[in-house]
Amino acid sequence: MSDLNKLTIADARDALRKGDVTSVELTEACLGAIDAADALGAFVHKTPEIAMERAAAADVRIKAGDAPDMCGVPVGIKDLFCTEGVDSQAASRILEGFKPEYESTVSGKLKDAGAVMLGKLNMDEFAMGSSNETSVYGNAVNPWRAGNSDAALTPGGSSGGSASAVAADLCMAATGTDTGGSIRQPAAFTGIVGLKPTYGRCSRWGIVAFASSLDQAGPMTKTVRDAAIMGRAMMGHDAKDSTSADLAVPDFEAMLTGNIKGKVIGIPKEYRMDGMPEEIEKLWSDGAEMLKDAGAELRDISLPHTKYALPAYYVVAPAEASSNLARYDGVRFGHRASLAQGDGITEMYEKTRAEGFGAEVKRRVMIGTYVLSAGFYDAYYNRARKVRALIKKDFEDVFATGIDSILTPATPSAAFELGKEVSDPVEMYLNDVFTVTVNLAGLPGVAVPTGVDKTGLPLGLQLIGRPWEEGDLLNTAYALESAAGFVAKPAKWW
Amino acid sequence: MSIDTATAARVAKLARIKVEEDELPALAEEFNAILGFIEQLGELDVDDVEPMTSVTPMRLPRRVDEITDGNQQDKVLANAPDAREGFFAVPKVVE
Repeated sequence: MSDLNKLTIADARDALRKGDVTSVELTEACLGAIDAADALGAFVHKTPEIAMERAAAADVRIKAGDAPDMCGVPVGIKDLFCTEGVDSQAASRILEGFKPEYESTVSGKLKDAGAVMLGKLNMDEFAMGSSNETSVYGNAVNPWRAGNSDAALTPGGSSGGSASAVAADLCMAATGTDTGGSIRQPAAFTGIVGLKPTYGRCSRWGIVAFASSLDQAGPMTKTVRDAAIMGRAMMGHDAKDSTSADLAVPDFEAMLTGNIKGKVIGIPKEYRMDGMPEEIEKLWSDGAEMLKDAGAELRDISLPHTKYALPAYYVVAPAEASSNLARYDGVRFGHRASLAQGDGITEMYEKTRAEGFGAEVKRRVMIGTYVLSAGFYDAYYNRARKVRALIKKDFEDVFATGIDSILTPATPSAAFELGKEVSDPVEMYLNDVFTVTVNLAGLPGVAVPTGVDKTGLPLGLQLIGRPWEEGDLLNTAYALESAAGFVAKPAKWW
Repeated sequence: MSIDTATAARVAKLARIKVEEDELPALAEEFNAILGFIEQLGELDVDDVEPMTSVTPMRLPRRVDEITDGNQQDKVLANAPDAREGFFAVPKVVE
């Protein structure tokens, strides 16, 4: 078999079961592809020794029979996940040299299932960003290019390295995390599938915290089937995360029938934004037609508080971040500034955090500090939490009318040039306009590639599901994927 | 609501992030741009709305109050920038 790194999880699993290929061979193919792809800036800590060791162990386990689906499958892990003995620094200088003494629950579940970790993946610092440009490691680059241009494009963010690595076939799949769209937006920018599960499905334990009421891990994969397989392996109750859901995780792959007859798909009018590119508009209506042709019923719906989602998010997320990031004080782990004669502990905190955090992280920590400060807490933070309740109720109301899932664009544009939007924070925030509502409401959402723009760049649609019904959501995504027949791949230039 | 350099300095102090004097005007301007964006929330009447406290309506799970972990001093200190004699070391806190 050639180009083993290009396999999907499902194909790799089946080939491993048949004995057509070994995990060692798959892993070597991926490690070779990774070493030839430094120009993408996707893998920032490579772990070839760990990978080869786990691959060999997986081969033994597969031979013995009864190995889980993910056994022997080479994957990349976002740098936000703590991985035992392996650098885990959330793409921040402040965690330079941090090697956790423990493994995050999600990466641990993948490890226990026999998945092979190839290394750690680039991201925006502390997952704060939509273009992977706030990383201490430098930019991750999109393997896709627009037409004949050789301009470097963003793979999106914050899970930019994960998206780039999967789209460029450096790994079969990768973990991502999503606080406001950080799985779905990069997935859409790179022509892959990204699933953000219901809040509480994946344990947050051992994942560097950004905004704890919004953060959720999920799979980034080449196909919907792969998202079903890998998602199932990542989910499950964990007593170490107090908001982890004590619910059984179904076999999502078995639910992929492609039959969506009678399903009701909501089309929210508020997602038709002023100035939305015609291509996105067309992608959306084409996607709706595909679902209709597959037997679903389309219904116009209203989510009236949609326009307040981003401003509410930019209160709630920084507020939680300012609290979560208070732990980076230069005492217990990571970077500590060198101090001048006479500096006390306050100077240590202030200098360490000034040196260790990048501009966007500082900005958000300080905004969060401001909206939580005495005199402003009610005006900003409490008001945002009330608006959040209204946004969640918007969704509950439409689901109560019998809507099964909601179809929207995943992003307001295709991937943009690196360096283009970095100067204006608010402009950058608008990238998440279609995805952020889902985090505020704690719902599952999935981005599926369904087309390309006029320069050949991938575009994606988002499906939003009812809480805990990832199986039904993935089945609708599977029907959409099958109808769209998106097979384009980036031409290799790296 | 407009943020001046004095407010920006106060916020930086609260957040324990050192910001040089000459960077404060630009920082205040950024805050104003972001807060201007957030201002839209004021358009809504939320007087009768309960603020959201839990994503999934649930009572946080409880457990028996007993020791389940411990004896990991080496691991706890392994990543410290400065650890001595089994403790985290920091600059002098009390004169």
